[in-house]
Amino acid sequence: MKDLDIAFKLDRGGFKLDVAFKAPGVGVTALFGRSGCGKTTVLRCVAGLERAAGHCRLDGDAWQDDSRGIFLKTHRRPIGYVFQEASLFSHLSVRRNLEYGLKRISAEQRQVGFDEVVDLLGIRKHLDRDPAGLSGGERQRVSIARALLTSPSLLLMDEPLSALDHTSKQDILPYLERLHDNLQIPVLYVSHSPDEVARLADRIIMLQDGHIQASGSATEILSRLDLPLAQDAEASSIIDGRVLSHDDDYRLSRLEIPGGSLTVARLERAVGELARVRIHARDVSIALDEPGTSSILNILPARILEIREIEHAQVLVKLCTGSGEQTPLLARVTRHSRDRLNLGVGQEVYAQVKAVALMD
Amino acid sequence: MGSAALHPPQAAQSTEIAEVNLDLEPVWLTLKLATITTAVLLVVGTPIAWWLSQTRSRMKQVVATLVALPLVLPPTVLGFYLLLLLGPAGPVGQLTEAIGMGTLPFTFAGLVVGSVIYSLPFLVQPAYNAFEAIGSRPLEVAATLRASPLERFFNVALPLAVPGLLSGAILAFAHTVGEFGVILMIGGNIPGETKVLSVAIYDHVESLEWTQAHWLAGGMVLFSFLVVLAINVLGQRMRKV
Repeated sequence: MKDLDIAFKLDRGGFKLDVAFKAPGVGVTALFGRSGCGKTTVLRCVAGLERAAGHCRLDGDAWQDDSRGIFLKTHRRPIGYVFQEASLFSHLSVRRNLEYGLKRISAEQRQVGFDEVVDLLGIRKHLDRDPAGLSGGERQRVSIARALLTSPSLLLMDEPLSALDHTSKQDILPYLERLHDNLQIPVLYVSHSPDEVARLADRIIMLQDGHIQASGSATEILSRLDLPLAQDAEASSIIDGRVLSHDDDYRLSRLEIPGGSLTVARLERAVGELARVRIHARDVSIALDEPGTSSILNILPARILEIREIEHAQVLVKLCTGSGEQTPLLARVTRHSRDRLNLGVGQEVYAQVKAVALMD
Repeated sequence: MGSAALHPPQAAQSTEIAEVNLDLEPVWLTLKLATITTAVLLVVGTPIAWWLSQTRSRMKQVVATLVALPLVLPPTVLGFYLLLLLGPAGPVGQLTEAIGMGTLPFTFAGLVVGSVIYSLPFLVQPAYNAFEAIGSRPLEVAATLRASPLERFFNVALPLAVPGLLSGAILAFAHTVGEFGVILMIGGNIPGETKVLSVAIYDHVESLEWTQAHWLAGGMVLFSFLVVLAINVLGQRMRKV
């Protein structure tokens, strides 16, 4: 079984770390938490850049196992590491930066082609330039490519977007999503941004003060009202759907989701294919009766699962559209509305969805 | 002291400059000494600077102090102990005699040993600063890209530290050129072997040959100016990168 098995303990004066988790060896696992919660330390320990007591294994290969006295030096671990700042070698051109790791990988171990990665990250036109001449986003794309070219068994990403401005972030996110879809390399992704986590993660491990607060699938963790992700202004739910039909006249597509359907902007994929969408809690409002005439396209019958006050003026409502609870939908409404509509758990309502964003 | 110039008098009279009766041999000897000393320092001093920048050993401060000691010690003290150490009764002297090298004091090789020790801080300090300035990040990145410690040193640390090493090498070179006390103690004043520029100037002054002293001393002032200028320009360029 391909999986990542990690347990680290560290006591460094005022900071204690005690984490243990397993993650499947596919997809993106996000380590999420505030700064100082220990997520970067976990990543550095996995890379062997720092040392905590415990073990770290991938697919049964031990990189560290204190009980057997094993500790591989960083350069002997099959990892790729993307740091917060691109950290390109300033004395080498972009091409020679990319080749720095690549040339240390024997031909039979190379799983990822140079051209494939260069095109995937859109950096072909920068190959012969100096890193100093690139924008922040371009530099970070080069550093991601450089890490990928070592054909790592595990890609470690330490807040790769946090040093970038908003535009560069939006510019680089699609590349990360493409990475997720095109390469079969498991990723450990450290972030304190709910937005990034919602867009990229398959699984979320929430860290707080050096220990694991919660962990599970992204859908589940994002919609748990007791956790900070759901309480964030960017809080959102993720829904997996299947393309039902296209309307070429209005440039719209219909997605089948548990308990109903969603109308979204025309998707460039065939009928029957899967599509993951994201709906912000602030874009969902609640009505008691089915609204008759409205400009809102998506009005779904739903049942209230949970209500939680998050601020003085606002409450979070967790809804489900299907019969089960597997497709949670978050709505953020005012406390005033809750009392006026007399909302309660178990009640049948209508969720009005103002915006749906396609994720991959 | 006060040996005569080596030029044959008849050759000296045939040109204009010869009226000064300037003996250039100490100049070439000085440049040779400074070049060899700098080369040895780059090989010996760079690893010391690298070790100092990377180590977490408690010995770090002790080694750093030892390296810096020539900055504060009077050159005569350094020269005195070197003379004892390298002489026939000293442990190093006995070793060099045992392997058939003879003893080092009053030879050119002895000057090189003395100069290397005397100029060590001038190379190690800028090199250490350059390695420190790189920080740990580029080396960590190289490690995650499978580079071994030795590869990280040669492919990452060394190229990034080149400006610092260069200014250290220039400083060490210039410092060796200006050396006097240590040389007088362990080298004496043997023409063609240990009579370097600073000793020659001293000689000229002793023998009241003011013109020759002026030429050599003025040349040293100009040379020193150019060296410090070069380092400043280099430093400026470094900051821009």
